[in-house]
Amino acid sequence: MHRPTLSGRRAVAVGAAAALTLLAGCSNSSGGNGGTASATPTLTGDCAPFQAYAGHSGTTVTMFASILSPESDALERSWAKFSSCTGIKISYVGSNDFESQLPVRVTGGNAPDLAIIPQPGLLAQMVKTGKVVKPPAQTVANESKWAPIWKSYGSVDGTFYAAPMSANMKSLVWYSPKAFAAAGYQVPTTWADLMALSDKIAKSGKNKPWCGGIGSGTATGWPATDWVEEVVLGKYGGDVYDQWISHQVKFSDPQIIDSMNVVQNWMHNPAWVNGGFGDVSSIASTTFQDAGTPILTGKCSMLQQASFYEAQWPKGTTVGPNGDIWAFKLPAVNPSIPTPVEGGGEFVAAFSSRPEVQAVQNYLSTSEWATSRIKQAPGWVSANQGVDPSIYTDPIDQLSAKYLTDPSATFRFDASDLMVAAIGSGQEWKSFTAWFAQNQSVQKTAADIDAAWPQ
Amino acid sequence: MWADTSVKFGNMFGAVAGFLGVLLLLFYLAGAARGRLSRRLAILLLLGPAILLLLVGIVIPAIRTIYLSLFNEDSTKFLGAGNYTWAFGNSDIHQVLLNTLLWIVVAPLLTTGLGLVLALLVDRLRGQAIYKSLIFMPMAISFVGASIIWKFVYAYRDPSQPQIGLLSQICLWLGWHHPPNWILSHPLNNFLLMIIMIWVQTGFAMVVLSAAIKAIPEDITEAAVLDGAQGWRLFRNVTIPMIRSTIIVVLTTVMITTLKLFDIIRTMTGGNFGTQVLANEMYNQAFTEFNNGRAGALAVLLFLAVVPLVAYNVAMLRKERGIR
Repeated sequence: MHRPTLSGRRAVAVGAAAALTLLAGCSNSSGGNGGTASATPTLTGDCAPFQAYAGHSGTTVTMFASILSPESDALERSWAKFSSCTGIKISYVGSNDFESQLPVRVTGGNAPDLAIIPQPGLLAQMVKTGKVVKPPAQTVANESKWAPIWKSYGSVDGTFYAAPMSANMKSLVWYSPKAFAAAGYQVPTTWADLMALSDKIAKSGKNKPWCGGIGSGTATGWPATDWVEEVVLGKYGGDVYDQWISHQVKFSDPQIIDSMNVVQNWMHNPAWVNGGFGDVSSIASTTFQDAGTPILTGKCSMLQQASFYEAQWPKGTTVGPNGDIWAFKLPAVNPSIPTPVEGGGEFVAAFSSRPEVQAVQNYLSTSEWATSRIKQAPGWVSANQGVDPSIYTDPIDQLSAKYLTDPSATFRFDASDLMVAAIGSGQEWKSFTAWFAQNQSVQKTAADIDAAWPQ
Repeated sequence: MWADTSVKFGNMFGAVAGFLGVLLLLFYLAGAARGRLSRRLAILLLLGPAILLLLVGIVIPAIRTIYLSLFNEDSTKFLGAGNYTWAFGNSDIHQVLLNTLLWIVVAPLLTTGLGLVLALLVDRLRGQAIYKSLIFMPMAISFVGASIIWKFVYAYRDPSQPQIGLLSQICLWLGWHHPPNWILSHPLNNFLLMIIMIWVQTGFAMVVLSAAIKAIPEDITEAAVLDGAQGWRLFRNVTIPMIRSTIIVVLTTVMITTLKLFDIIRTMTGGNFGTQVLANEMYNQAFTEFNNGRAGALAVLLFLAVVPLVAYNVAMLRKERGIR
């Protein structure tokens, strides 16, 4: 090796020392302790409604969620006014790998201040780490605007942790009003009517009544879990549904087997599915995003999918009661169950109790914020009963909001999101996929899931 | 926004400059040392960082994985060999192990075989550079990208409807009126997925083997031809022995890639329809079912499967060095 001259060596040493100083200078973290203002400023003008959140100007709250652009853009616009008035900056990060990233960040000591968690099961898992902070009193007070069941989904072992944010409605059947009118079909209002209509469409020989797809990458199988959940809730009611989630009622219980058999005769019926795609097993190889397209070409008549399926229709499709596509509420299998509604939603959990974090938490739990978000863009519904239903511009949002805020409805959260992860995002998906793909029997499917339940 | 970005970039450059500074300082110290100390210091400085990184990046995580594999899902209860008895007693995992075995036997052999045949054939063509680039091209596509391409090839639609899958359409043209739903047809689907791996890796095998064939000294082939060897005999008794070590390197490289196989399965089937393999199941256990114990046990099994391959490669390398 070539030895440098003495002066060269000295220069190197000086450079190294300078670099070390630079490194030390950079290691101080950004964001921090600017919020120790002694007096709370008074907000005036159109900032006056934000007075309750004032006094933390110059602070930053980090937020982590699974919501990506463009939906996250509407989210960020919805609190822009809040930020400019209060001076609290919300630093939002969205990731499509949220479910696996959040536990890594939390257990690694790098938790965000706030996380928007779409599965109560994941919330429970986060609470188990001991890092989730209980919400401030105002957030708890704001809960009175929600049906009590929502508060229970934001709670773990009876303690309330996370306020609900958005909601979506799963109990919908998509269809084409034009095709129905042309064929003279009536929108069914009871389960018996729905089955009779399916039979009528199948016997007409023109097309299959139902189409479906449960393909969803690594989450393949989830739409099939929705079908069974709809039937369990609509046939046996909320109590059995809740016991089923906690495995007091097993999958091999006669009531769940019976519900699966209802699905077997419905979405597993070779005469009824899978319009435009092929036989029953093609449900497993069709992605849920593609599943509804044959309705537009008349190859199938109906698709059971959630309210968020609206985004999947191609550009130029008009969605509305007299449009190309519309949806009706899936009727209860057992008419004595009052309006069974299955849905999903998101919950805001805090990992810090700094005052500015609590201010954001309080704001996000109000109906004012929900109203602000609804005005940004369609495709977002709140189950907050304080939101004026007339501000929804999108017909599907209106329909969903009507059922989600109905105090007499039997609302239940998606069961697979509530079951332990090993079942709800593991064995149940796998077994239900095999049920459709390999025509596996209902009994074996149920037995496999029960066997995989963690002891 | 810009301030945030500039702070981040500032931090990054600061960290890089600091790292270089530390290195320079160390090298300066090593250079300044004299006498008996200098050699030891040099060894320590040059080997130290590598050993440290190996410890932090591989050895410690490996030990921790083995440790975690003896515990339950959130590592709070000791299970002993419980996760291993689960792995060997569960019929789903039997399928996973069987699939993995099938992959590491079939995919590398076919890739290397096809690569060798192509190397021999393309070498005789005019304009071989063009053909070689074309065959090598898929190598530049990631496994996820390749899987998405093949997903369209295998896509299924009812034969009465317009087809979007190339394979089904070809079958219909050839008069097979009811092609199966390819990706659901077990065990055929495993081999259909292997084709993707072979498609991507054959170019690599071909290029490496072709270079090895060209490196065979002219006089050896000439002597063999003078002795009357031709065609198959020349290939079997001269070419193959001369490139044997290259074939083994290609075979083991593809085999290790196959053991780590994850992307193709995740993109094509998500592990459904009886196509699951070890690496993907391990990820599912760890990150969707949050079972650290079972994931750890599967990782250990994968590790045990890779060790003999790596050991064999190292032994071959040693042997070759010995000859030289």
